[in-house]
Amino acid sequence: MFSFLVKRLLQSIVVLIAVALIAFSLFKFVGDPINNMVGQDTTLDEREALRERLGLNDPFPIQFYHFITDAAVGDFGISYRHKIPVSDLITERAPATLELSIISALLSVFIGIPMGVYTAIHRKGFISRSFMTLSLVGISLPTFLIGILFIFLFGVILRWLPTFGRGEVVAIGWWTTGLLTWSGIKSLILPSITLALFQMTLIMRLVRTEMLEVLCTDYIKFARARGLRENAVNFGHALKNTLIPVITIIGLQLGLVMAFAIITETVFQWPGMGMLFIQSIEEVDVPVMAAYLMMISLIFVGINLLVDILYAYVDPRLTIDGGSKHG
Amino acid sequence: MSIMKKILTTSAIASIILGASAASANTLKFAFQGDAQSLDPHGLNETFTLGFLSNVYEGLTMLDKDLKVIPGLATSWEVTSPTSIVFKLRPGVKFHNGNTFNADDVIFSWKRSLSEGSDQKVRGAMVKNIVKIDELTIEVQTEGPQPLMPSEWAWIFIMDKEWSEEHGAGNAANVKEENANGYTLNHANGTGPFEIVSRQPDVKTVFKRSANHWNTIGSNITDIIFTPVKQAATRTAALISGELDMVYPIPVQDWKRLDSESGVSAIRGPEARTIFLGMDQSRDELLYSNIKGKNPLKDLRVRKAMAHALNLDLIKKKIMRGASTPTGLMIAPQVNGFNAQYNTPYKYDPAMSKQLLTEAGYPDGFEITIDCPNNRYVNDEKICQAAASMMAKVGIKMKVLAQPKSKYFGKVLAQNNYDTSMYLLGWTPGSMDVHNVLLGLLSCQNKESKAGLFNLGNFCNQRVDELQKMVGVETDPSKRQAFIDEAMKIIKDQVAYLPLHQQPLSWGVSDKFSVNQRADNAFDFRYVSKTK
Repeated sequence: MFSFLVKRLLQSIVVLIAVALIAFSLFKFVGDPINNMVGQDTTLDEREALRERLGLNDPFPIQFYHFITDAAVGDFGISYRHKIPVSDLITERAPATLELSIISALLSVFIGIPMGVYTAIHRKGFISRSFMTLSLVGISLPTFLIGILFIFLFGVILRWLPTFGRGEVVAIGWWTTGLLTWSGIKSLILPSITLALFQMTLIMRLVRTEMLEVLCTDYIKFARARGLRENAVNFGHALKNTLIPVITIIGLQLGLVMAFAIITETVFQWPGMGMLFIQSIEEVDVPVMAAYLMMISLIFVGINLLVDILYAYVDPRLTIDGGSKHG
Repeated sequence: MSIMKKILTTSAIASIILGASAASANTLKFAFQGDAQSLDPHGLNETFTLGFLSNVYEGLTMLDKDLKVIPGLATSWEVTSPTSIVFKLRPGVKFHNGNTFNADDVIFSWKRSLSEGSDQKVRGAMVKNIVKIDELTIEVQTEGPQPLMPSEWAWIFIMDKEWSEEHGAGNAANVKEENANGYTLNHANGTGPFEIVSRQPDVKTVFKRSANHWNTIGSNITDIIFTPVKQAATRTAALISGELDMVYPIPVQDWKRLDSESGVSAIRGPEARTIFLGMDQSRDELLYSNIKGKNPLKDLRVRKAMAHALNLDLIKKKIMRGASTPTGLMIAPQVNGFNAQYNTPYKYDPAMSKQLLTEAGYPDGFEITIDCPNNRYVNDEKICQAAASMMAKVGIKMKVLAQPKSKYFGKVLAQNNYDTSMYLLGWTPGSMDVHNVLLGLLSCQNKESKAGLFNLGNFCNQRVDELQKMVGVETDPSKRQAFIDEAMKIIKDQVAYLPLHQQPLSWGVSDKFSVNQRADNAFDFRYVSKTK
């Protein structure tokens, strides 16, 4: 196990550097940051001086070297737009995104799995069929459209829920939470459902397919023959054995939830990291873009590592590579 | 880090307190598509940021609701010699923290506008020196005559010297220096009618009416909450649902929808921003054209042909929903120096265009690429496409290269050697005076004299250059106007640009409030009131 971990960690570092290199070489296609940082009357000399000061005139390898060496010690520089350290900006925005993603992930797991089990057991039922039809909507409609539909239905027509923002937030140390105020919770409902919908339907369909397969196997028939209660068969035996692919997907989707959050956050003006990223692209705030991409790839790499470890835990027969079992 | 923590905590506490007392006060909630870049008054010379801050900070002069220059922190001024103006400062003015405003604050703020992080250096550099005569009198000295000095002082915001120095903000906040002078990014202490209560960039800024303000203003608003909302659909929804009282901009396509809802309306008016097409008139061969070895745009007949091929009324009707003002001049009626006599657009006459093209030796037209932003001006990309189809009718195949503004400006501006053959640009002179346009857009490119920086196609006419310099120093209004008129006539005869229209302003406002829509798109809290 230990050598496996070390190997995986080394691979992760290579992946991160590759991401940094690709991201960094893309930045020069995003546009010119200077024009967003000065007004129209600023002279050419001043623009050039600012460019020089930011190191934008340095050759690419030197810029990249500075970025990598600073990033390695957690220094992502100063945001061009906000003029404060990027790490401060990210810490300030992270709670909003994390809260939204975690709630969405929980929603999709705790609604998606039971729905999947239900539709597998009651295959022909009316409710199952409506779930299946609805899930098609969840899979096929793009997130921003669902978000805007929700806003118009629940915000404008019914006026039950707020159309944008995070409501009142309470600060606990550096963390801010909307879960402790009524308006914060109300503000969370639409974005979290919007964000969860795709994953929820995906998980539901996956669980259903796996369940259907497992329910046909001999040991389930045998369990039934032994006279075990229906719930014990379905949840104790069948569900447990469907979970391996589900865990993989949930793990990978958790990263995707944060990535998808960009769109949901923009539609709902949710003050999280995704929103920050979109605004940074528009204003060519290179230090923020770089930091965000590095952070997201770090999260993906971390999740993959975790999923691999969970595999071994859920199904001890799986040995990820030959020698690692004894390590 | 600790600063951010403090801001977060204060904003959380403030929002709870505000939430509790909202019933007794008149609160306005409004949204714009982005946020002010920072609260530093010298940080960015850009319309929204300056307009936003003009509610908190003030200059020696101010702009009233019709963009006329009125006394601000100076009660009067007098030109004592061609190179000096004496300003009498307003007595009894207090900053939000209670400090008294005096001559030292003006001198300090001027010096600060010249510091490295400042984007107001161009304005600051118009002044050679400021001499303090007494606590409330200053003499502003300039190199040469500066007839526009009073209006420029509307945008050099005055800060409290003691407060700034106490918080290490003697220089403008700078992108390179670690937080050393970052206090002013999120804190403000001006003399304006509203104070900043709390601010979290890109998320929320809370204002309250200042008890110290020297002026009586018409507004009855006590608290203002600003939240940037990026998506137009979300902004519109939040306005209709009543969560926000005022939002801008509203896409022109949404006007019908707002008008059909009760309780809200779309307020539209002409913006002082002129949208125009520019042409490369300096290169010997166009960068993006099928004509090799020569530049067709250097030929006046070709430029005329293009001018007569554009149907401005059709653009107004089909793309701007009837809300633009077709123009023949490079400046709007609100801009000082405007003369309606020259404002008639070029006549729409495709037959004449074809004939001119034939005379110029292009009977079958030619190909050219136009650079166009797609997120900067109202319907910018659609305007370019419409122009392309109009050009096609006279044989000019115009290819539209539409890009986001960061990419577009990165391509066409000076830092990339004006990499364009034709382009669409919009311009509001920051000073609201024609000289800014003559200098920036109509003078020959000249790096030493800093002229023609945005003259991307390098239209270059010696007489216009001379007139520009004369307009810059002439203090007699009628002589000055004569110079302006002469320049405008040359520009028009030479088809220096293809002016299209002044674009519409578009605000969505709840019927419970009355606002003043100023032609520079600044939202001045002094003129907003709750009416129901």
